[in-house]
This record gives sequence, C-alpha cells and structure tokens, in this order.
Amino acid sequence: MLAIAFAAAAMIPVAYVLQAAVAMGWDELATLVFRPRVADLLANTVLLLVIGVPCTVALGVAGAWLVERTTLPARRPVTVLLVVPLTIPAFVASYGWASAVPSIHGLGGGLLVAVLAYYPLVYLPVLASLRGLDPALEESARSLGMNGWRVFVRVVLPQLRLAILGGGLVVALHLLAEYGAFAFLRFETFTTAIVVAYQTSFAGPNAAALGVVLATLCLVLLVVEASARGRLRYARVGSGSQLPAPRLELGRATPLVMAGLVVLVGAAVVVPLANIVRWAAAGTAADWTPLTSAAWQTVGLATGGALAALAVAIPVGWLSVRYGGRLSRTIEGALYVASSLPAIIVALALVTFTLWAIPAAYQSVATVIAAYVLIFLPRALVSVRAGIAQVPESLEESARSLGVSPVRARLRVTAPLLLPALGSGAALVALGAANELTATLLLAPTGTRTLATGFWSAASAIDYVAAAPYAVVLVALSIPAVALMLAQVRARRSR
Amino acid sequence: MRKNAIRAALVPGLLASLLLTGCAAGGGAGEAVPEDALVIYNAQHEQLTEEWTAAFTEETGIEVVLRHGGDSELSNQLVAEGDASSADVFLTENSPAMSLVEEAGLFAPVEPGTLELVPEEYRPESGAWTGIAARSTVLVYNPSLIAEDELPQSLMDLEDPEWEGLWGAGPSGADFHAIVAAILATQGEDATRDWLAGMERNAIVYANNVATMKAVNAGEVPMGVIYHYYWYRDQAKTAENSGNTELHYFGGEDPGAFVSISGGGVLAAGSHPEEAQVFLAWLAGEAGQTILGEGYSYEYPVASGIPARSPLPALDSLDAPAVDPSVLSAQDVVDLMTEAGLL
Repeated sequence: MLAIAFAAAAMIPVAYVLQAAVAMGWDELATLVFRPRVADLLANTVLLLVIGVPCTVALGVAGAWLVERTTLPARRPVTVLLVVPLTIPAFVASYGWASAVPSIHGLGGGLLVAVLAYYPLVYLPVLASLRGLDPALEESARSLGMNGWRVFVRVVLPQLRLAILGGGLVVALHLLAEYGAFAFLRFETFTTAIVVAYQTSFAGPNAAALGVVLATLCLVLLVVEASARGRLRYARVGSGSQLPAPRLELGRATPLVMAGLVVLVGAAVVVPLANIVRWAAAGTAADWTPLTSAAWQTVGLATGGALAALAVAIPVGWLSVRYGGRLSRTIEGALYVASSLPAIIVALALVTFTLWAIPAAYQSVATVIAAYVLIFLPRALVSVRAGIAQVPESLEESARSLGVSPVRARLRVTAPLLLPALGSGAALVALGAANELTATLLLAPTGTRTLATGFWSAASAIDYVAAAPYAVVLVALSIPAVALMLAQVRARRSR
Repeated sequence: MRKNAIRAALVPGLLASLLLTGCAAGGGAGEAVPEDALVIYNAQHEQLTEEWTAAFTEETGIEVVLRHGGDSELSNQLVAEGDASSADVFLTENSPAMSLVEEAGLFAPVEPGTLELVPEEYRPESGAWTGIAARSTVLVYNPSLIAEDELPQSLMDLEDPEWEGLWGAGPSGADFHAIVAAILATQGEDATRDWLAGMERNAIVYANNVATMKAVNAGEVPMGVIYHYYWYRDQAKTAENSGNTELHYFGGEDPGAFVSISGGGVLAAGSHPEEAQVFLAWLAGEAGQTILGEGYSYEYPVASGIPARSPLPALDSLDAPAVDPSVLSAQDVVDLMTEAGLL
C-alpha cells in the first residue's frame, strides 16, 4: 500500500507535464513548441547528447580498462584520481574553467566541462563490471589465437554492455538536467531555457511547453536504453574462485598513456580546483562568515532528503526483491520515470501542485525534501535493493525457527546486515541533494541559503571571490560520499 | 576481511552522525524564518538590500527575512501565490514587475507620508507602490574596437543590419525587459517588434549586465546595453571587468537614455502591514536613501533630496524620455520577446 502511494506521488511531475500540455490546448502548445528558438534549443541539446555521451563512455571505459587490465604504473592512485571529478559539482567546474579561460562558451565549452564532470559516472560501473568478469572467457579467446586488442573488443566489451548502457543513460539524463554549468558558459539547452522562462513568467505556459519537450526527450532516452539493453545477462557459471585477469603490457605506449591521463586529470580536477582555491585565497575572512549557516542548512536538507529517500526505498526494494511481480515492477517503473525528469520540471510541478492542493506545504522544508526524494530515489533504491538481495532469507528463517518473532527476526538479523547498503544509498542521495541547485532555488523556504544556492548567487553576479568559499566547502563535503562509492566498487573483488 | 570490518564499523557510524546532524540542522532550518519577522521578497541586489535591512533592524528592532529572486520571477510568483503568500514587502530593480503585482490588486496603498518623500516623477500616480531608487540605461563600449564618434545615434539604430554581431545584452533579465518596456511605451508596438527582430539578428546574448560588460571589456563584442551603475561599481573596485571600456549616454530623450525606477510596495495580504509601512517609509526616508547615495550600490537615490554618489552625473542631467512608470508592462514585453525568439 505504502509503495503504491509513493508511486502515485512520484507521478506528480509526469501529471504536471501532461496537465500543462492539455490545459494549454494544441494551438498554444504548437505555437510555443514549433518556433525557431525551440529548434535551436533542440539542436543544442541533441548535439550535446550525441557528442557528449560517446565521449564520456570512451573516457570512462578507457580509464577503467587502463587501471584494471593493463600494466599501467601507479594504478592505485590513478584509480582514485579518475573518480575525483565526481567531488566537484559540474557548475563549480564550469566556474573554475570560466575563470581560467574567460572566453570559453557555447557547445564546445559546455561539452568540455560536462564530459570532464560526468565521465566518472561511466568509469565507476565499468570498473565494477571489469572486476566481476570471469577471465576464463578471455583466456579461451586467447588460446584460440586472438591478440589482446581483439580480445578486448570481441570478448570484454560485449560483457561490459550493461554497465556502459547504464552509465551512458545516467550521463545522458545528467546532461539533459544540467543547468548551472551551461548557464555559466552561455550554452543554451532546454533546461537553461526553462529556468529563464520560469524567471520571466514563473510557472507560465512557455516554461511548461519547453518542459513538455524536455520530458519527451527523457522518456525517449529511457526507451532507447531499455531496448538496447535487451534481455541478455552475462554471468559466470560454475563454482570455485576466479583467477586474476592477465594484464596487457603497455610497453612503449606507457609514456603516451600517462601523458594522456595527466592531461585528463589536469583538465577535470586541477583546473577547476586551482581556480577555486586561487579565488578563495584572494578573499577576506568576511567572505567566509555566511558559510556556517549555509553549511548547516545544506547538511540539514541533504540529511533529510537522504533519510526520506531511504524511507521510500526500503519498502519498495523489499517488495521488489521478496515479492517480485507485475505490481512491484510497475511501481519501480513509475519511480524511475519520475526521477528521469530533470529537477527543474520536478520543481515546477511541485510549485504548481502545492499552490493548488496544499498551500501549507508551499515553500516548506517538506516540499524540498519531497523533491530530493523524487530526483534522487534511484540512487537509494539501487543500493538498498542490492543489499536486500544479498541477505539470505534463510538466516531470518533460522532465527524464527529458534522462536524469535518475525519483526524481531528482521530487526536483529536482517537489519544489521543491511546497514552498509543503507549507508551508501543515503550517502549518494545526500551528495546529490547537497549539490542540487534548481529545485532548491525554486522550492526552499524564504531565508534558506544552501551552499549551492549561495555559490550560485555570488557566481552569477560574477563575484568570484565571494563564490569561491562556498565551492571549497561543497567539494570538501562531497569527498566522503565519493570515497564510499569507490570503496563499494573496489569491494567487488573480495566477494 | 579486515577492510570489511572497517567498512562495517564505518557505515553505521556515518549514518548515525548524519542522523544526529540532521536533527540539529532540522532545528536550524526552522530558525531561518522567525515567526514575527517581516518577510521581504527581494528582487533588488542582495548586497544592497542586506545593507538596508541590517541598518533597519538595528534602528527599529524589527527582524527581517529575505527571499531573493529576479523581478519577473518574484512578481509572477506573488501573483500565483495570491493571498497564500507570506510576503509583506516587495522590492524590485525595475517598475514593470511592480505594475504586474499592482494590476493583480495585491498591493495595499503606500502611506501618504512616505509618498510625500518621493518626487512625483519617480512614483506611479496610483500610490500603490513607490519608487525607491533609479538607474540609467547606457551603452558601454570598448574604445579599442569602436571610436566614440562611430557609435549609434540612438538605441533604436541597433536594429539596423550594420550593427550585426557588434553589440551584446542580457535579454533574459528584467533589467533589459524594462528598457524594452520603455521602447514599447515611447515608440509603439510595431517599432518595438521591428527592433526586437533586429536584436534577435544582431545581438550577442549574455546572462546579465555584468556578463555583458565583462565581454565588452574582454573585446568579445564592441558595445553592450547595460545600466550605468555596474560600470561605476567596477571602476570603484578594481576595474577588472571595465578597465578597457567607456560609457556612452544617449541623452536627448532617446529610449536609450531611459531611467528605470526601482519599486517598493506593501502586500495587502501580508501579516505585518504596519511594520511593512514603517520599512517603506524608512527606505524612502533619509536613512534608507543615504545608504543608497553613499553605499556600495551607485544607484540613484530618488527621495528625501539625497544626492547621487560622486562621480555619477546628476539624475536630472541625463535628459531621459518621460515615461510614467505605471504604464510599463512586463507581460506585453515578455510576449513580444518570446515572439521575437529572444526568450
């Protein structure tokens, strides 16, 4: 019952988009959608996806393969360095770049910053899959006379398909939703245009019409990914422990590869961080005073969001693992569709919905947290579901056979085993919420100032000195969550 | 195994600490809005309003909470919220946003004593709100790219094909909408439509005034349409974003010499009507206008006879076109700009 209620609540943004389209009527919608400006936005957005996603996939796969399957020197530090861009929110990275190269703008600038910020979203799942692969297949291929490169293309790459598709989808949805980074770089996408439309006419028809197009794009992406994924599963059959995979000798290519990695890490990490630190150092003590309250408000909202997301993810995850069926698949599907919509649409929907249905919830902490749940739920759900699936039901049953009540058995046996999964799920949601910009700007109660909104207001006035301290604290707060993500991936082998 | 044990110990610890901070911060977030505080929807510059409200609270003991946003965003939001709004006072950078809220019938009349402080040309006849500051349209240009005697004679000339790619502006901001509203009020709808079409073709689009000025300074584009005080402010600091630029005042009652009125009004549905009136009177009074005239902002004071900060040219020397602030319409401008493909 609870899960059905969540699924219904998750449909609010979808319902908002549909309602807005219907309320406008075809004529007005058509005038607002079929005009040259929307064509420009569509071209920009599609180019961003068509170029950006393959680039992130190439970087992510190459990075994971290098650290996992080659004789690259200093593999451990490189493994960590490649994930560091995740600690820098994309809008902070674009600010670092804009202050290093003031003329950077447009599609080129947007692609540069977005690809560098988002490739770890492919790198991490691919790294995890590579660690889980059974090298026996590769050995057979080798024994049949394939060389190292062909083994990678013909044997390894197909087995990474799920990780690449999943990572690519996440990147694509991020590219569609990104606002701050592109607004800085004068690169217009649907999301930046919707924010501008919101700022000029609140939740008016123009914003809604652009929202209809953007929501459609997101749904198309979901369908494309689902059909490309197919029903294939790659799994290791049989028992026993697997051998470590043989590593490819880089040999004379080593210096070249290292140089490439230095450029990548320099562009993705050093340029943004160096500029943030440079501006932060140029400031005075007074620039740091508003930070304490912003940091607390950020931590408060992020924690609230994380706990609420867990509260939704646990029953949904439980339902889907223990009682998988059509109903639970429908519920999960509804939640995924909702969370594939960009934050700006979720926020517009909640502004409209709360003003119309629950004025008391308008501009309240509860609404901000509801938005965070809608936007970041998959992060919690994936983690929680994996955790529940790993707890053997037999343990709970043995406890009950010893005379413990079902509730106590769950609390004493299953719950402690679940804690790590819950913890990482919560950390991922908290990380997302702390860096969230558009929904927080629209929905937060009067007087709220998070690190992200504080950064944004100073940075959009091009007051780099005042913005920098917010960026420093945001990055510092992100480090533990990203470390946790990496630890999860690395633990793959020890299972 | 050892690693797993560490992780197993770390994760619940992390979770517990998150929980604890969450409870602590939950209380903190609640404190953000003290019950009896005056709620101001602020579309003026954050720094200026913070200077104002800090001095006001110190003088009167009345607490203030600010909700920041842009002119158009907050005015449309006030209209959407209607009586459900928690706003007591609305401050803007330009007058079209005030007119929008006035047309929705949401303002309580400003007290006559406050209106008396403000000369008639800087407030609407209706008395539903009042002017609290003013700003002048200017052309910022880069002398190394264009000489002063080559500049256009009128803002209206910028629609001509010869200026293609040669000027920048921030069409998404309400600052620019006010300038377009002045064109609409003085030149009529057809001329405005033509001008916007020309702009769509000719202008390079930036996020706002500062970004436009910065681009002119960097030589990305020779000229930009902005408001005067961004330039004076930057000159007074490090001139980092304006050192290579000069200002050109159109004068001669040209639409490009338009002076935009910043507004302040009291929401009828607010829960602190008396304090709101006190605040508005204080803003238009000597204390508020002196902060404007001497403080960081470089906007023009409009009330209580307080002069502009040096080296600004006097407000009445700008030869601005006469426009009644209450006829400037935000909605018509947004519609025309959407039609032109600028929004």
